[in-house]
Amino acid sequence: MAKRIEVSDLNIYYDKFLAVQGVSMTIEPRAVTALIGPSGCGKSTFLRSLNRMHELVPKARVEGKIAMDGQDLYGPNVDPVVVRRHIGMVFQRPNPFPTMSIYDNVAAGLRLNATRMKRAELDDLVERALRAANLWQEVSDRLNKPGSGLSGGQQQRLCIARAIAVQPDVLLMDEPCSALDPISTQKIEDLINELKTEYTIVIVTHNMQQAARVSDTTGFFNLKGVGEAGQLVELDETTKIFSTPTNQATEDYISGRFG
Amino acid sequence: MPLSERNRPRAQVRERPGDRIFSGLSTGAGVLILVVLASVASFLLIEAWPAFMAPPEDIPGGEGLVVYIWPLLFGTLLSAVLALLVAAPLAVAIALFITHYAPRRTAQGLGYVIDLLAAVPSIIYGLWGIAVLAPATVSSTEWLSKYLGFIPLFAGPPSSTGRTMLLAIIVLAVMVLPIITAVVREAFLQTPRLHEEASLALGATRWEMVKMTVFPFGRSAIVGASMLGLGRALGETMAVAIVLSVSGGVTFNLISSGNPSTIAANIALDFPESSGLAVNALIASGLVLFAVTLVVNMIARAVINRRREFSGAN
Repeated sequence: MAKRIEVSDLNIYYDKFLAVQGVSMTIEPRAVTALIGPSGCGKSTFLRSLNRMHELVPKARVEGKIAMDGQDLYGPNVDPVVVRRHIGMVFQRPNPFPTMSIYDNVAAGLRLNATRMKRAELDDLVERALRAANLWQEVSDRLNKPGSGLSGGQQQRLCIARAIAVQPDVLLMDEPCSALDPISTQKIEDLINELKTEYTIVIVTHNMQQAARVSDTTGFFNLKGVGEAGQLVELDETTKIFSTPTNQATEDYISGRFG
Repeated sequence: MPLSERNRPRAQVRERPGDRIFSGLSTGAGVLILVVLASVASFLLIEAWPAFMAPPEDIPGGEGLVVYIWPLLFGTLLSAVLALLVAAPLAVAIALFITHYAPRRTAQGLGYVIDLLAAVPSIIYGLWGIAVLAPATVSSTEWLSKYLGFIPLFAGPPSSTGRTMLLAIIVLAVMVLPIITAVVREAFLQTPRLHEEASLALGATRWEMVKMTVFPFGRSAIVGASMLGLGRALGETMAVAIVLSVSGGVTFNLISSGNPSTIAANIALDFPESSGLAVNALIASGLVLFAVTLVVNMIARAVINRRREFSGAN
């Protein structure tokens, strides 16, 4: 549970195009790390390299090292499938499986882990995940209805429940609130605050207030120049980034002068 | 524009000629298809009626309409259903390979070939079946009857020409394969990337991802495509008429030289030499085929609709 991730000298490529260059950072356990920056600066690409989703794009690859509690995630004997079972992910748009019920959505990851589980045990884990995602009260009477019938905010919390049902070590969130209204966003943010006691959370967001509200540490990504690679400009405690950033570009960005 | 004007009844909105033309055309097309269907059905009913009314001894075969049509219906269903059982899993596998496993260039080439196969006329498949496939199946049917003869399907004795029900099934399967593959491939391609990523991010292997997202999403397409294929196999005339050596009768034995014919092939072969009540009997068999395909399509609709809520269309 809740592991530390150390990234050193990470370059991320799409074929020959260098998308992100030279990222080194430590992601602390039981804390929320927010990644901010203008569009196209490689935040999401970086996030997706953490659970090896990046390499699903043909010819995409990384150089450098990402280690979780000392274990190299890109080591020669590491199966990306196993990495993804330990590092959960929540996407920009809520994406519950439309062909599955609410229950089956939450159970999907548990069933993947292949060990045969008793029905009661599965029921228990599903309920726990839904409670942890603050969704249980809203859906407990319609677990067998399709997940796609829920509202956008509920769907996103269902996706969070699905991700945490398998008890991952790390939870990655790629702009989880960008498709949601303010009230649903508020609920997700409350949830993030609760979840950080158990998980390592990395969240990419376009909403700087959100980063300021939910995160302990904030990293600012920016392009080196037009058409060049994205890089990590500054990483520090969130309060410091939003009050006295060291870098001029960071200050310009958070004060709304560009981006 | 002042409020009072905006609140006027909608009837005052001027109809645009483009809207009227288009709505007229599409309504017309919708009505036309119903008219065509109704006239086909009524033609079949009217022309088949004398055969229903005629005394049994006047029907070809001399034992009544049911005894006349039943072996044909049996042959039709047997060949079509077994052809579908052969073709559908293969088609799904090919579609899956093209959409999710093959390298991009291979997938494209294969896609073109499949589309091309769907356009080959059935007479070509028939000729290929009798010229190439029939001789080639002789030795395998001998093997089947020798070692798997205990299964009624392969009881034998094997035909020496190879013009068996098994051959007809293989030819039909090859014929319906491209159309099923093409439809299923389109559906598989439409699987939302978002859902595929959701399952992969949960730690699904590629096969698990396919089971979780691609198959459920393409499910109604698989059913629909199979029914499309079944419809084509049920009605296929020329290929079956060419390859099948017919002796009538009802048998599950696929590899002997005595096979039931199919409705469509029987009509094609017998129609030119028939007259009088025999024609009405043939048309009555056509009516049965019409009803069967109608039922097949309705079942397919029902299957697709049953899980509409979960289809991913909402």
